[in-house]
Amino acid sequence: MEMSALEVRNLTLSVDGKLILNDFSLTIPTGEIHVLMGKNGMGKSSLAKTIAGHPDYAISQGKIIFHGEDITQLSPEERAQRGIFLAFQHPVEIPGVSIANFIRSAMNAQNKKMETVAFYKLLHENMDRLELSRNFSARPLNVGFSGGEKKRCEVLQMLMLQPSFVILDEIDSGLDIDALKLVAKNVNSLRSGTFSGLIITHYQRLLDHIIPDQVHILEDGKIIHYGKPEIVRELEEKGYALLDQEEAL
Amino acid sequence: MTPFSATASENGEQNKVHSADFHFDMPYALDAGIGLNRDTVEYISTVKDEDPWLRAFRLRALETFLAIPMPEVLKPHGIDDLNFDKIRYYLANNTGSQRSWDDVSPEVKTTFDRLGIPEREQKFFAGIEAQFDSEAAYNRIQDALTKEGVIFVDSTLGLKKYPEIFRKYFASVIPMGDNKFSALNSAVFSGGSFIYVPKGVKVKQPLQAYFRINAQNFGQFERTLIVVDEGAEVTYMEGCTAPRFETATLHSAVVELIALKNSKIQYITVQNWSNNVYNLVTKRSIAYENAEIRWIDCNIGSKLTVKYPAILLAGEKSRGEVLSIALAADQQIQDTGARMIHLANGTTSNIISKSISKGNGLASYKGVVHVNENLEGCKNNTQCDALLIDSCSQSDTYPKITVHGNKNNIQHEASVSKIDEERLYYLQQRGISKGQATSLCVNGFVNELIQEFPLEYSVELKRLIDFVLNPKRET
Repeated sequence: MEMSALEVRNLTLSVDGKLILNDFSLTIPTGEIHVLMGKNGMGKSSLAKTIAGHPDYAISQGKIIFHGEDITQLSPEERAQRGIFLAFQHPVEIPGVSIANFIRSAMNAQNKKMETVAFYKLLHENMDRLELSRNFSARPLNVGFSGGEKKRCEVLQMLMLQPSFVILDEIDSGLDIDALKLVAKNVNSLRSGTFSGLIITHYQRLLDHIIPDQVHILEDGKIIHYGKPEIVRELEEKGYALLDQEEAL
Repeated sequence: MTPFSATASENGEQNKVHSADFHFDMPYALDAGIGLNRDTVEYISTVKDEDPWLRAFRLRALETFLAIPMPEVLKPHGIDDLNFDKIRYYLANNTGSQRSWDDVSPEVKTTFDRLGIPEREQKFFAGIEAQFDSEAAYNRIQDALTKEGVIFVDSTLGLKKYPEIFRKYFASVIPMGDNKFSALNSAVFSGGSFIYVPKGVKVKQPLQAYFRINAQNFGQFERTLIVVDEGAEVTYMEGCTAPRFETATLHSAVVELIALKNSKIQYITVQNWSNNVYNLVTKRSIAYENAEIRWIDCNIGSKLTVKYPAILLAGEKSRGEVLSIALAADQQIQDTGARMIHLANGTTSNIISKSISKGNGLASYKGVVHVNENLEGCKNNTQCDALLIDSCSQSDTYPKITVHGNKNNIQHEASVSKIDEERLYYLQQRGISKGQATSLCVNGFVNELIQEFPLEYSVELKRLIDFVLNPKRET
């Protein structure tokens, strides 16, 4: 059997004493993109941050396995260096640090160092793909960005760093349809037999443009439904009540 | 190679820090001995073959120094550990300052080579002075500037060759007995720069002075006087380093700037003292009508730095600015600030102070903004931001604002922030180590001020900050 890209095994997670995930498991085979859906406050973003090693999320039980390696105890940067990339729902502002300088530092840290000229050539190509103007890369990271600029900046970093596993945490929020298509197109450009990912979203519309392999529905800290993408359309039409009915049956 | 810390790869991103921590054990032809008394002062004055008025000035200053008690405010900073009887006050070789690096003694030349001074001279500067312990070893200014009447010499030579200008302004902005350390400097001063820019002459490239301490148990007391005549302009940059010794080193300079009508002076300091240095400096300037003075100051290193650059805004519509960055690493105290004294109508001043404290480092800002009675149209803007890296780091702000009358506009903003964990996490999520992430955030925090330094220095400063925050990366 081919190794999974990501395996979350029996994860129990609390933040400030509040139980967020309870004996939660999820497996994403290499090359697949899965979707995690669920109501607000169900712990989807917490799961994303936990996979990426956020220090505030204390794992009381369970493991995170990435390409066969237990990464539960690794620092965020060690996880990133292994290819995990989290596109943040709310990217934080970092005053005084330009996008170009930041991406360069990140590439250096990930042993993806490039010469100055080659770096800027690639950066500009990727900015063009995201329809970002040339002066964008000189702006301080996320400072005063519109919602759309923030999301495109996340994707720009993704294109530059070429991760093998991405977590897209509500990458579609705050995007108009054209921007959404642009973001989706660029994420799709990374897809391959070795590229995997987890998409967190509320909406079908993103999944019209990034076709996932599987969908997981999260409620009360557990996956309550697992299936093909078609379920999402039904969910949009009938709401999460659909699942409650199924549960009842 | 560059003078404060580092050699960089071609792309300028790898932080191979080239330490300034080296020295040469060498004999000194001129040595005033250990400790301070009348003989020490007489020795220095004799060696310099000074006029009687100056000898008398020095001796009065010594008495004043001894009479003024140690300022109480410095006691909590451990100033009492500094033993004035164990310091050497004058060390030099009787060679004078050379106009060619080939004529400089090998130890001294090697020192400045390692710090990258001659190399930079070609590229960036209109003139350079390099001081090694008590005296300037090298001094040169572009011939074209000499022809225009620009003077750039060490203070000893300045007193000898240009007494009519020097004596007129010497100790005019900072009286000898202004404070304990100005008195000390007045008693034993040696070296430092004397600059005169004649009317209307605008010096395009900066003049650079580099102050190097080589000897142990030593005190460096340079005296700098810059007089810029009407409508003239100059930028002066000073850099300072010393090797790391077990014993205390003292650096106590006095710097006076005089900006005559419509002139501009920019004074830039980048210092990276080793952590055994007591850096107790008095810097003050006076701006006449419509003149502009800017102090741009970056304080890194030292055991204790006490420095509050001051601007007396004496002429109408004169402008003053102090931009300062202070980085107090573990065991270090940066006691810095700015003083703006508004003495005429329509004068404006701006203070931006950014401090960073790491470990149990302490950065404190002491500011004075004073607007005299019956003035109008004066403006001051003060912004002081402090960033704390660790939970034990400390920052204090002591603004003192005295404004008479209500026809002036004074603004003060201050902030203290802890380094933001969410920012660090974001950067770490992209593969950047926590130490590097901290360094990026700190560089971002001071970025707007770093932009004010000439490009070459701003690159250097970023690297230096990175090095102080991530010392393990030393190679």
